[in-house]
Amino acid sequence: MAIVKTIRPGLIQIRVLDLDETLEFYKNVVGLDEVGRTSDGRVMLKTYDEFDHHSVVLRKAEEAGLDYVAFKVMDAETLEQIKVDTEKFGYAVEEATDEQPGFGKRYSTKLCTGHTIQFYNEVELAADYPMLKNPDPWKEEPRGMRAQRFDHLLCYGPNIAEAERYFIEVLGMFAPEVCNTEDGKRFATWLTGGNKAHDIAFVEYEQPGKMHHFAFYLQDWNDIGHAADLIGKNRVKRDVGPTRHAITRGQTIYFFEPSGNRIETYAGGYAAYPDNPQRVWDVAEVGRGLFYYEGELIPSFLSVVS
Amino acid sequence: MEYKVTDATTGNTFMADENDSLFFAMRRKHEGPITYGCGGGGCGACKIEILDGNFEIFKKMSRAHVSEQEQDSGIVLACCVKPKSNLTLKKFSQK
Ligand code: FES
Ligand SMILES: [Fe+2]
Repeated sequence: MAIVKTIRPGLIQIRVLDLDETLEFYKNVVGLDEVGRTSDGRVMLKTYDEFDHHSVVLRKAEEAGLDYVAFKVMDAETLEQIKVDTEKFGYAVEEATDEQPGFGKRYSTKLCTGHTIQFYNEVELAADYPMLKNPDPWKEEPRGMRAQRFDHLLCYGPNIAEAERYFIEVLGMFAPEVCNTEDGKRFATWLTGGNKAHDIAFVEYEQPGKMHHFAFYLQDWNDIGHAADLIGKNRVKRDVGPTRHAITRGQTIYFFEPSGNRIETYAGGYAAYPDNPQRVWDVAEVGRGLFYYEGELIPSFLSVVS
Repeated sequence: MEYKVTDATTGNTFMADENDSLFFAMRRKHEGPITYGCGGGGCGACKIEILDGNFEIFKKMSRAHVSEQEQDSGIVLACCVKPKSNLTLKKFSQK
């Protein structure tokens, strides 16, 4: 199935409390490469396997959490169409003015859940990107957890049913999997614009604008084990795993970086097709859905967010 | 050096090393009012009120969870403070 409108979440800006300590962690433990700094001191990073200029930005702030996530869309026409359709949907749109070197025009909007999301089409290739001609899997052996790409994020906020409708109607995405409360309301939704099991997910939560985690894709279950070794070695605050999700089927480990933002390293996951029937979870079973080996929720998972 | 920490709510006590955050001391000993959190000063799950004793804030605390005023009155994030004397504390609760 071809991607309709939205290619992927390609850029995420995260607030960190201690920039030096947290940057060191992303570089040496997660294994990201530093691309450079903006004029106001934010740090741009990318994985070894990404092509675009950068994918992760760290901003030193008084609070941890998510500034915004930006989705790369098919072409310039789609970008303008999304702007118009977002306004029609009822969300105000403005052009993003904060500096993101290498990126072209970005539109920004705020969802009912309190999260700021952006769209762009143009972005320069990175100075250092994966090989194209007779390519090796990598140019230099990947460091740390060997993160391959920024993969997805999970947002907590109010009225996720509306946010889901927005992603489907305006961004051309679909929800391969959802979770409902006993009275049939959305408790959680997993949304994708392509074949990945999810690009973004939401859980219903009273407080707006919270980030539960953002995730990097790892090659396989062996690399999840290797990530767990690094968690042990570096005394990282692990949250859950290594384990397996029944939801999306991914293999996973969750931990906290030094500013308290939760990171997931994720591998596997099914291929999502928009013509397949939707998988539905009851909220009473969601513990098993999230942590298939444990068979139950762990208390930090639903209540600890940044 | 270890200090005695008293949970004012239960009256239970436990020993905490001066080099550990109170959060990790509580996790390690399975004592005290905080059982989980990010350990990084970002999530606010470990918010406590220190009623008595000296402590050091060694790590930046998210202002989303502890205001300057709160900090001045001994309300802190347990993952960002180390004990510097015997302490009495309790889990923070909205008044
Ligand atoms: S455990 Fe998250 S702020 Fe202390
Ligand atoms: Fe995830």
